[in-house]
Amino acid sequence: MDTAVVSETDPDVMLFRVLRDDGTADPGVDHGMTDAVALRAYFEMRRLRALDARMILLQRQGRVGFYGAATGQEAVPIASGLALAKQDWVFPALREQSVMLVRGYPLRDYIGQVFGNAADNLKGRQPPSHQAGKAVHQVSWSPVIGPQIPQAVGAAMAMRMAKRRPHEIAVGYCGDGATSQPDFHAAMNFAGVFKAPVVIICQNNHWSISVPTAKQTASRTIAIKARAYGMPGVRVDGNDVLAVYKVLRDAFACARSGGGPTFVEAVTYRMGAHTTSDDPKLYRSDSEVEAWAKKDPIDRLRRYLEARGLMDDARDTKLEADASAEIVSIIREVEELAAPSLASMFDDVYAELPWNLREQKAALESGPRAPKH
Amino acid sequence: MPEMNMVGAINDALRHEMRKDPRVLVMGEDVGKVGGVFRVTQGLFEEFGEDRVIDTPLSEGGIIGTAIGMALYGLVPVPEIQFADFIYPAFDQIVSELAKMRYRSGGEYASKIVIRSPVGGGIRGGHYHSQSPEALFIHTAGLKVVCPSNPYDAKGLLLASIRDPDPVLFFEPKRVYRAAKGDVPEGDYTVELGKAAVTRPGKHVTVIAWGAMLYEALAAADEAAKQGVECEVLDLRTLWPVDIDAIVASVKKTGRVVVVHEAPKTCGFGAELVALINEKAFVHLEAPPIRVAGFDTPFPYSLEMEYLPLAHRILPAVLDTARF
Repeated sequence: MDTAVVSETDPDVMLFRVLRDDGTADPGVDHGMTDAVALRAYFEMRRLRALDARMILLQRQGRVGFYGAATGQEAVPIASGLALAKQDWVFPALREQSVMLVRGYPLRDYIGQVFGNAADNLKGRQPPSHQAGKAVHQVSWSPVIGPQIPQAVGAAMAMRMAKRRPHEIAVGYCGDGATSQPDFHAAMNFAGVFKAPVVIICQNNHWSISVPTAKQTASRTIAIKARAYGMPGVRVDGNDVLAVYKVLRDAFACARSGGGPTFVEAVTYRMGAHTTSDDPKLYRSDSEVEAWAKKDPIDRLRRYLEARGLMDDARDTKLEADASAEIVSIIREVEELAAPSLASMFDDVYAELPWNLREQKAALESGPRAPKH
Repeated sequence: MPEMNMVGAINDALRHEMRKDPRVLVMGEDVGKVGGVFRVTQGLFEEFGEDRVIDTPLSEGGIIGTAIGMALYGLVPVPEIQFADFIYPAFDQIVSELAKMRYRSGGEYASKIVIRSPVGGGIRGGHYHSQSPEALFIHTAGLKVVCPSNPYDAKGLLLASIRDPDPVLFFEPKRVYRAAKGDVPEGDYTVELGKAAVTRPGKHVTVIAWGAMLYEALAAADEAAKQGVECEVLDLRTLWPVDIDAIVASVKKTGRVVVVHEAPKTCGFGAELVALINEKAFVHLEAPPIRVAGFDTPFPYSLEMEYLPLAHRILPAVLDTARF
């Protein structure tokens, strides 16, 4: 890393923070987030939280099949989107799909994926919360956990060979659970060996469904794992959007300028259930959740903006109302669209339909229809 | 036209395509300076350098995972898995990522890579150097699977595989890597994917084989001919999508089928072939289709010649079905 602040961060113990408890930024850190970017971050985080809340509600009403929210973890995806350049590639895990929204992917298309119908660019092929968009260089993740990380490294290796201008980087995301997977190790190892222009970001949200981080690793921190792969490891307060922005901007600049990979552990907390299929009351205490609620990344950013005279109740209320209205309006328009065509089931398996798929497609189309869910 | 063995023909194909298409690169364990443990990539490192002939860490999951990332970006990686037996650490990357990339992204992304890997037994390799896992990948929607039996096809099929828009598993029968020799044209040509070859025409029994077992089928056919049974030997070449028209045409002619493969019998590709023949040519059958395959055991070391479906086991099956 090329900045003093990050290089002095001891990944074994230290947690890099910018936002202090009183809402002010540490004056000793040049965090580089302008007021305009801070306001944009606030808007994006607010809108993402409203979107997640609405989608969970729709799932409870039976209108959406499944959903995985990023509630409490908005700082990393939003700061990532703000710190990345247009030409960069994103390989998210479950909780970072919204990076694409910050990078210009239309909210209507994002919501369309949740409904898996004619509004879904992915043609209803994947359940909700499995977003991808080629226009914004974002690839979809795998719930097997981890496969996207070596893919991010591979894309970065290709970028290093292609040497296109402006210089490109790739970012790969994972959670604390993924650090137990062979793909994580392979990705870190290849990134280090080939000095790939990649940043691997682990959102340590303390829980992999029901298993706490202490049962994933005996390591004192996750960031320290970077040392074994010959790259810098940074441990950052993942609920501090200024700190995340600072760390990522430095790491991205390092990768972009040929300095090689960085591993970032963002310490955060999954405020909600793992997905709509999970019940966290079975494995964690209310008091733990309440303690983390006090460190909410949106509340912390709001206090910072208030202290700078950039936010107040009236503006905040309007911002949330506008975001909710936009979301509800899109849902109303998108929800009733038609399901993908029957024949589309067979498209995109291969570039062209082989004989067996031609036969099966004809049989399906001429056969009886299945009952509805 | 120079005579080559399989190793030379595959090397020639790689070199040809890497000269022609700067997106093509080779990666894998020991593929660089040493040219691969079977020397298939020999000389490529010297010609194309370390960016296009990449000696990777010892990690099949890492090889295929990073190759997919490169392919998403626009390169055409041709990773080598040193032995097909070593492919399982990369299984998730192949079946859930590589094979599904176009489908799960609604056609936005495609991941075009050709995985080369030596398959099969008969080289005193034991369990970890002899398996034939083709059925696992034929079963996986989104993959194509190729297995040449001779140098001409090896070069032509590999060039076709690299230029094909879909991901391909290219299995190389290591037992005949150097034993199978033949004339290989210099320069450019392809052998179309999805087309079988009638290696030996005949009218009594259809014998379906591929890879190293093709030679065992031909040897059995020679013996059968001495006893008045004329075999039609089909070399599938592309295992998936299989050339169903060629199979049905042959079975309509002979009414009798023997399928040969090294992999264990149960749920091997032979099971699918027999099912397809039953579906599409049942009324033309004069005898139950027979499979001559590896046994449903792990691949044994000391007894590998007994395990393999060699000519001595194919011949009685051919005669039995001819006389059914």
